Amino acid sequence: MSAIIKDHVLSLLSKGVRLDGRGLEDYREVSIEYGISPKSAEGSARVKIGDTEVVAGVKVEMGAPFPDKPGEGSIMVNVELLPMASPEFESGPPSIDSIELSRVTDRVLRESGVIDFKKLCIREGEKVWLLLIDIYPINDGGNLYDAAYLAALAALKNMKFPEVVEDKIQWGKLTKKGLDMKELPMSCTIIKIGNYFLVDPTEEEFILLDSRLSVGVLKNGSLCALQKGGEKSLNIEDIEKMISLAVEKTGLLRKAFEK
Amino acid sequence: MSYTKRFDGRKFDELRQMSAKVGVVSKARGSAMFTIGKTIAIAAVHGPRELYPSFLQDPEKGVLRCNYNMLAFSGGGERVRPGPSRRSKEISMITQKALLPVIDLKAFPGRVVDIFIELVQTDAGTRCAGISAASLALADAGIPMKDMVSAVAVGRIADKVVLDVNKEEEDYPDGMADIPIAIANRTGEITLLQADGEFTLDELKQAIELAKKGCAKIKEVQIAALKEKYMNGGGEE
Repeated sequence: MSAIIKDHVLSLLSKGVRLDGRGLEDYREVSIEYGISPKSAEGSARVKIGDTEVVAGVKVEMGAPFPDKPGEGSIMVNVELLPMASPEFESGPPSIDSIELSRVTDRVLRESGVIDFKKLCIREGEKVWLLLIDIYPINDGGNLYDAAYLAALAALKNMKFPEVVEDKIQWGKLTKKGLDMKELPMSCTIIKIGNYFLVDPTEEEFILLDSRLSVGVLKNGSLCALQKGGEKSLNIEDIEKMISLAVEKTGLLRKAFEK
Repeated sequence: MSYTKRFDGRKFDELRQMSAKVGVVSKARGSAMFTIGKTIAIAAVHGPRELYPSFLQDPEKGVLRCNYNMLAFSGGGERVRPGPSRRSKEISMITQKALLPVIDLKAFPGRVVDIFIELVQTDAGTRCAGISAASLALADAGIPMKDMVSAVAVGRIADKVVLDVNKEEEDYPDGMADIPIAIANRTGEITLLQADGEFTLDELKQAIELAKKGCAKIKEVQIAALKEKYMNGGGEE
């Protein structure tokens, strides 16, 4: 079954067209909505890319720092592939797909310097802020990698610290203090089917991919994270092509974010 | 002690502002978002589809499965731990029981209809909002039903019986009774009834009357949402 579809997709790609009529390097429309759960979450956002929809929320927690980083707070990133979002997703413990998605998203946020972990310190060696970021696809129309990352970043941009009285968080009472975002890293995943490179894959294309590369890109064009996926290998030319495509497309994502 | 004015200024028999939309999850067969006050529920229906393990299949009739879940950031306090809890499992079960009486299971023998309910933001009344959203999503999915189920929580606060309690009322300092009720509107049958707190039989009767009135209004919002999708945007108020 999927072999037949793949032949069809490849023959279309050879003519420069995709199943949904887009060109190989065409990105669908991206929209971001902030504060979708303002009563409950300290920060929240909804991202739509085509008919893909992902929501993300930030809850804060006060806790002890890690022993090796007594002056730094931390983040936790969790993606749950809700069975609501696709008939392919099942209830139960996190699948390896959701774990990989969580970790790739986490890595870009953590390694890019977007969050100043020192500023999350309340009392060195004693108390720090932990930012708990939960990301949920509501509708899987593909490209969950880019959408999940963008939703997490948007929820962080939307977040405000709550009031604290005698080391107790006053839930529901937010201060005006948000997160200082020093960098604006973006993440873009490029997929390879046959000899073709595609951006912003639909869920069908994502199933058919031979390999993929997620690329974290800083404002100045430097890279901050990579993840290769898929069953087939890549050579250096592939990687160069995929990275330059990813860097180009993060421009568009950054624009949507800064709008 | 008298509860003379509601915290948010509503009349005692007044619902919070509502909105509803169907077809919000295109990958599902049917779906709906239902908002009441600050409580936001999304429900999506998958199936009828194959049911495994196969010993769960019933050749005579289909199976309805419901899953209620709060997104981790949707609580009023700390992050809600992901995964099922005793609370969410019970709510999933009573949601299924609230919907079963209106669904024709014989229409999909041997198969399963799955309903997933996700709470995006909570301000009390979440199981009721979930049921109202789920009923709407089932209709959107075209599952044969004989009635629309609507649900609302009624409260006894001091000397008053009030419609559609919010979190602030749920936390009323002198205690209160919380009575979630689901009603199949056409027949008026009650498909969900729970309560905690102290109340008299007379207050319960008042609560049910109030819930009936409230559910009739919720049903209007549900029907308008369906009309908006299926009648070329020609939905009525």
